[in-house]
Amino acid sequence: MFDLTNAVSVFIVVNMGSIRRAADRRMIRDVAAFGLAAGFVGLSYGALAIAGGLPAWAVVLMSVAVFAGGSQFLAVALVTAGSPVAAILAGLLLNARHLPMGMAVADVLGTRWPARLVGSHLMVDESVAFALGQAEPERRRAAYWLTGGMIFVTWNAGTVAGVLAGRAAGDPASFGLDAAFPAGLLALILPTLRQARARRVAGLGAAVAVLATPVLPAGLPVLLSLTGLFALGRGGTLGTPAAPPGGDPAPEGTPAAPPGGAGRPC
Amino acid sequence: MLTVVIVVLAAGTYALRLSGPLLRDRLPLPAPVRVALPLLAVCLIAALVATSALTQDGGFAGWARPAGVAVGALAAWRRLPFILVVLLAAGTTAVLRLAGVR
Repeated sequence: MFDLTNAVSVFIVVNMGSIRRAADRRMIRDVAAFGLAAGFVGLSYGALAIAGGLPAWAVVLMSVAVFAGGSQFLAVALVTAGSPVAAILAGLLLNARHLPMGMAVADVLGTRWPARLVGSHLMVDESVAFALGQAEPERRRAAYWLTGGMIFVTWNAGTVAGVLAGRAAGDPASFGLDAAFPAGLLALILPTLRQARARRVAGLGAAVAVLATPVLPAGLPVLLSLTGLFALGRGGTLGTPAAPPGGDPAPEGTPAAPPGGAGRPC
Repeated sequence: MLTVVIVVLAAGTYALRLSGPLLRDRLPLPAPVRVALPLLAVCLIAALVATSALTQDGGFAGWARPAGVAVGALAAWRRLPFILVVLLAAGTTAVLRLAGVR
C-alpha cells in the first residue's frame, strides 16, 4: 500500500516538469474543484464504512488499492449485508467501464511501462474526462495526471477524515455533491458534444443506459451505452455529413488526429 | 474474508484499468475503429452523467439532483468557469433539498 503511494508521488514528481509547463492556472483550479468534491465524497465513504462496522484499516486500504468510489460504496453495502462474493462481482462489473475508457486514453499513458503501471491506477472517470477535454497531447497528459493524482490524494485524505469523524461527517447529499459530479463531467465533455457526430453517439448511448438502468445490475447500463456507437453507422460512417460547420475538414473527418486538432479534442 | 474481498476487487479493478492501454497496442483494430476510440469514452461518460443524474439504485433519483445537474449544464453551456458549474449544480440541489424538494 505504501509502495503504491510512493510510486504515485515519484511519478507526480517525475512528471511535474512537463505538467507544470502544460497546466495553466485555470486547469489547476478546475482540477482542484473536482479534487475537493472527491475529498468530501471520500469523507462520507469513510464515515459510512465505519458506521457499517468495517475496521479502519480495511476502509483505508480499499480507498488506496481499489480507488473507485462507486464500487467501494457498493462493496461496503454488500459486505455489511453479508455477501462478499456479490461485493466482488458487482464491484468489478461497475468498474468494467475502465477497460474501454483505458483504450480511449491509451495515448495519454504512452508506452513507457512505469507511466502505464502507475497511470492506470489513476484512471477514474474524472481524469479520463479532463484528458478528453484538452486539444493538445501535452495538455491531455497534464490534465490526466493532475486530475488522477489530485483525486487520489483528496479521496484518500477524505477517507481517513471520514474514518476519524465517523457519524459526525454528515450526508454528502445535503451538500448536493451527488449533482456536482454529473454536472462537472458533463462540462468536461461539452466541447466535444458541440460536434454533431459525438452528440449523436453520446445521446443514443445515454438514452440506452438510462432505459436499461431499472432492469440491469449497476455497471451494465453504462457499458451498454457503447451501442451508441451504432449512431455512427447511421448517416454515413466516420465524419461524412457530421463535420462541424466551423471546423476544418480534417482528412476522413478524424477529429482525433493528433496534429492541429485545435479546440477539438475528440 | 474482508481482506480477500478487498484484494480481489483491487486486483480485478487494476487489471481492467491496465488492459485498456495494453489492448490498444495489441489488438489489430481497423483504422476507423481506432479513430472512433475517443468517441467511445465520450459515450461512456455521457452515459455515466445521464444515469448518475437521473437514477439512484435502479429508480428515479428525485427532482433535486437532476435540477442541480440541469443548472450546471446550463452554466457549462454558457461557458461559465468550471468551478462555477460544479458549485451551481451542488448549490441548486442543496438548496432544493433544504426547501424540502426530494
